[in-house]
Amino acid sequence: MSLSKEQIAQRIAKEIKDGYYVNLGIGIPTLVANYIPDNINIVLQSENGLLGMGPFPFEGEEDADLINAGKQTITTLPGSSIFDSAMSFGMIRAQKVDLTILGAMEVSENGDIANWKIPGKMVKGMGGAMDLVASAKNIIVAMQHINKAGESKLLPACTLPLTGVKCIKKVVTELAVLDILPEGGFKLLEIAPGVSVDFIRQSTLGKLIVEGEIPEMKLD
Amino acid sequence: MINKVVSGAEEAIRDISDGSTIMLGGFGLCGIPENCINALVSKKVSDLTCISNNAGVDDFGIGLMLKQRQVKKMISSYVGENAEFERQLLSGELEVELIPQGTLATRCLAAGYGMPAIFTPAGVGTEVAEGKEIRNFNGKDYLMEFAFDADFAIVKAWKGDTAGNLIFRSTSRNFNPVMAMAGKITIAEVEELVEAGTLDPDYIHTPGIYVHRIFQGKNYEKRIEQRTVRKR
Repeated sequence: MSLSKEQIAQRIAKEIKDGYYVNLGIGIPTLVANYIPDNINIVLQSENGLLGMGPFPFEGEEDADLINAGKQTITTLPGSSIFDSAMSFGMIRAQKVDLTILGAMEVSENGDIANWKIPGKMVKGMGGAMDLVASAKNIIVAMQHINKAGESKLLPACTLPLTGVKCIKKVVTELAVLDILPEGGFKLLEIAPGVSVDFIRQSTLGKLIVEGEIPEMKLD
Repeated sequence: MINKVVSGAEEAIRDISDGSTIMLGGFGLCGIPENCINALVSKKVSDLTCISNNAGVDDFGIGLMLKQRQVKKMISSYVGENAEFERQLLSGELEVELIPQGTLATRCLAAGYGMPAIFTPAGVGTEVAEGKEIRNFNGKDYLMEFAFDADFAIVKAWKGDTAGNLIFRSTSRNFNPVMAMAGKITIAEVEELVEAGTLDPDYIHTPGIYVHRIFQGKNYEKRIEQRTVRKR
């Protein structure tokens, strides 16, 4: 059985370590914040210019001046800091942010990512995604393994305009957790409960590497 | 003391004319110079090149200028909240240069710091890199991106004084301080204008040297794009 978006977020949350500064992209990555264990302390960065992003405000306490990169009203936390957008990307470029989690429309077996444009159809812009993928040392992509028609989004080469090249090292999908190896190829690490390795094979168009027994993801 | 105060938005934008290049601060609808945008809409100047992270929404912010076809070219990083923008872009009526958000911010910073160009890895290997010089430093490729050259920068601050010093509030700071530094002429509209000497010099975000005109804005709507709350 394939994972829900919440379960993908839940699995990714296990990759977050105590003391991390983390940037969460829009979509599934935002949900990761809901699954951070109570016993670890992390700081969320919002690239419009905030470190220490807190939860949504209580009803009636929304502040139009306090939003995250998804333009949602949020709150600060003890220890938060505010800065301008140039400094925000300065700390990203200088690799002060430990982990970046973002969505993708396609990734390739050599670590390329496409997530900002569908020519002739969707032109929303790259926002901060190109800066993040070009500089972050540790990026996890949260994405759908296959589209509604069953076609693979893990490809030999991306077909959509690229956001960054050779930058993605880990992918978590509704079907599996995979590493992208430096020499190229998706290495299967874990499979979703009830999903067969054969189904992963037929759902992965890029080079898939399967070694030994593949464990099932643990979500608790 | 040099007095930077003007009477209001109309006077502040008096010499913005057809074909001007203007920067507009804000992220989404947060921290946008509402008074000056409304004055530009009333003045109906056209053929503008606008540098702003986003393009407003259909009926607010820069969206109002787009609706009147006042914008010839938009330089932004993300424009996904504006259907009219997407329509003009896909139909070719509007020229658009989409650039990475960090590149946009840092090209402002470079202008304000007097540096002609920056090197950034953002966009290497993508269509953003087309036609740009690439330099390799320590084994990694970087794109050369030029400092912006804008006739005017229009920013919104929380507090300002008659000497042009600015203080921003919360995440409405965003692009405002770096754009304030980058305009040949910088216009600041503020929620509260005070006498010079009132604000603590230690807490100034933008020194008045960067600001040429300042006024206290009125009737701020401060619209929220995505109102998200939790239950008590």
